[in-house]
Amino acid sequence: MNTFRLYSRFVTGSLHLVLEGNRAYWAWLGFLGLLIISGGLAYVGQVRTGLVVTAMRDQVSWGFYIGNFTFLVGVAAAAVVLVIPAYVYNWKPIREIVIYGELLAVSAIIMCLLFVVVDIGRPDRFWHILPIVGHLNFPQSLLAWDVLVLNIYFLLNFTIVTHILYRAFSGRDYNHKFVVPLVLLSIPMAVGIHTVTAFLYNGLAARPYWNSSILAPQFLASAFCAGPAILLIVLQVLRRFTIFEIQDQAIGKIAELMAYAMFLNLFLHGAEAFKEYYSDTEHLLFTRYWYEGLGAHRTLVPYAWAAVTLNVVAFGLFITPRLRNNWLALNIGCLATYAGCYIEKGMGLIIPGLTPDVLGEIYEYYPSPNEMRVAAGVFALGFLIFTLMLKVAVPISLGEFQGPEANAPRAGTANVAVPHPG
Amino acid sequence: MDRPLPEGTPVPARDAAVGPASSRLSRREFASCAAAAAGLLMTACGPKRLLEFPKERLNSRLRDLEREYSRKFATAVTVADTPPMPNVLFAYALDISRCIGCRRCVYACVDENNQSRDPQVHWIRVLQMDKDRGVDFTHADPYYQPKEVPEENHFYVPTACQQCRNAPCTKVCPTGATWTDPDGIVVIDYDWCIGCRYCMAACPYGARHFNWGEPTIPAGKLNPKTHILGNRPRPKGVVEKCTFCIQRTRNGRYPACLEACPVGARKFGNLLDPESEIRYIIEHKRVLVLKEDLNTMPKFFYFYAT
Repeated sequence: MNTFRLYSRFVTGSLHLVLEGNRAYWAWLGFLGLLIISGGLAYVGQVRTGLVVTAMRDQVSWGFYIGNFTFLVGVAAAAVVLVIPAYVYNWKPIREIVIYGELLAVSAIIMCLLFVVVDIGRPDRFWHILPIVGHLNFPQSLLAWDVLVLNIYFLLNFTIVTHILYRAFSGRDYNHKFVVPLVLLSIPMAVGIHTVTAFLYNGLAARPYWNSSILAPQFLASAFCAGPAILLIVLQVLRRFTIFEIQDQAIGKIAELMAYAMFLNLFLHGAEAFKEYYSDTEHLLFTRYWYEGLGAHRTLVPYAWAAVTLNVVAFGLFITPRLRNNWLALNIGCLATYAGCYIEKGMGLIIPGLTPDVLGEIYEYYPSPNEMRVAAGVFALGFLIFTLMLKVAVPISLGEFQGPEANAPRAGTANVAVPHPG
Repeated sequence: MDRPLPEGTPVPARDAAVGPASSRLSRREFASCAAAAAGLLMTACGPKRLLEFPKERLNSRLRDLEREYSRKFATAVTVADTPPMPNVLFAYALDISRCIGCRRCVYACVDENNQSRDPQVHWIRVLQMDKDRGVDFTHADPYYQPKEVPEENHFYVPTACQQCRNAPCTKVCPTGATWTDPDGIVVIDYDWCIGCRYCMAACPYGARHFNWGEPTIPAGKLNPKTHILGNRPRPKGVVEKCTFCIQRTRNGRYPACLEACPVGARKFGNLLDPESEIRYIIEHKRVLVLKEDLNTMPKFFYFYAT
């Protein structure tokens, strides 16, 4: 009975929280709502007419949707890049913000799954891919592996976050025996979702651009850049608009970690480019399509160099202590990282992998307006979920939103500090 | 077996659904929704793929499809489930030195296998190659349009599904909707495919094609003799490919592309029969397979007879 009362107060309280906000909040929600409606309508058109409304064809059979899916699997790692130092080094300033990384991971995985749904030709048969209900070709198909690890990763993060927040809401400490093993498990799981997603492409001998063992490490490196880039901006927004305290030290440390990840990312790209250009086999075609274009086919070239430039700039900003502690430089670095990694994964991974196609034909793919609207809708839905979750999570962690039996509000963010497994 | 159109079951026009008729229509809709839900539940609890269907359920599915297609195309359509023959492993051989690049095989295949005319789907793709480069996909041209073929200094390599023994496409399918039957034909269950196109990314031969839009076949152009895993009309949003004309070859006939070839470049037969033409070619000619470095082990061989 008590639990029920507490729970109903949690639900009604949460509803109140998400329905209250200043102008900026409502403008943001309205903006997301418009994108969602536009994307929804575009998707209805796609379901009616078929995927012919996209620019994908037999030659380039995966495009913008799968590129975004891949990028967001990377973003979902944001949690882990924060969890590792928090636990391995027991570094308190970061431990307090881990929970926001996990909320981001939850939203990113939802977006990932939505991007898969909008990409498939028969969304009505989505249940065919579910274990037990459908028929999952496990362990043969890497896509079957991906379905499993993404869902487990989602459940894991969702459970940890809701448990900690709900306990904080009811004024109790979270259950260490329950949370610590789950948090520890989420670290290899985050590495796992990246590795499996990389292997999904990596295992295809038909596509030399992907069939390189550097793919999985490079996925991890770019994920460790892009995920924290989003988080750093979110944390600054939180600090600006709420009384939530985040130490400069924590932000500086994350920026430093991003510099190392970006170095690794650039290095791995360089290693791959060296191998392709020096050996100069016919497999070079795909890399050339990305960086130089093939004859008149140069659609992706500006994107390629934009990604390289943005990533190099971000690396320069984050590796220099004076610059990463300068707020303007830091934020430019975050945006550059986010954009650079987004272009690199969204456009630079999938499309050159399929261009030229296996029989040598060059079909220049560029996402259609319909495709972009659907993709924008999926992003907006993900950001909406993230925003609403933050709207509830922040007051809980500040002790402003608590159940009737909870003790007096505690100072700071002590309630959500995630446990140390020692 | 041929089934006449079911009599006395006119389909009410949609526009007529006004006034009292609309409630009847909604009841009908409700009934079909309920049937779909029951079907879903049954499917979820029992065998899912055509591969696992018990005979009785498969038969009822075949009859349902026959009724559906017969009504849609206004002609009596049969949907067979002819099983593989014992001790048969099909293989194909194509004489590159004879092929003149006329593309008659392409269009014979379209007609036989009910490929969509718009959007256009071709299971066979003929590549024009430069003689001084040899078999080189990078410089191949699938869209050659001269007044006359063959052209000077060029030769032609028709491609289709290579029916690999170590097929990358069936391995990657997340739902097990595509597999190799015992006679070596790689088939797709159009009822189970979710249209994720992972198989298309995995295929090194561009053999798999997706129905990007609603497939269209002009009235009177449908080949009514179909096989459930082969040339039956496909829905939008699923993948399809060459099946060695499963509806013909499992009944002892040659594939349509072979019969259409004006120069006799195409050969087909049973690899397990030592007396077959295909075995003769493999033993007496120098055969090659495409992209042998990928270890896909195709059952589609190319050779130079002259």
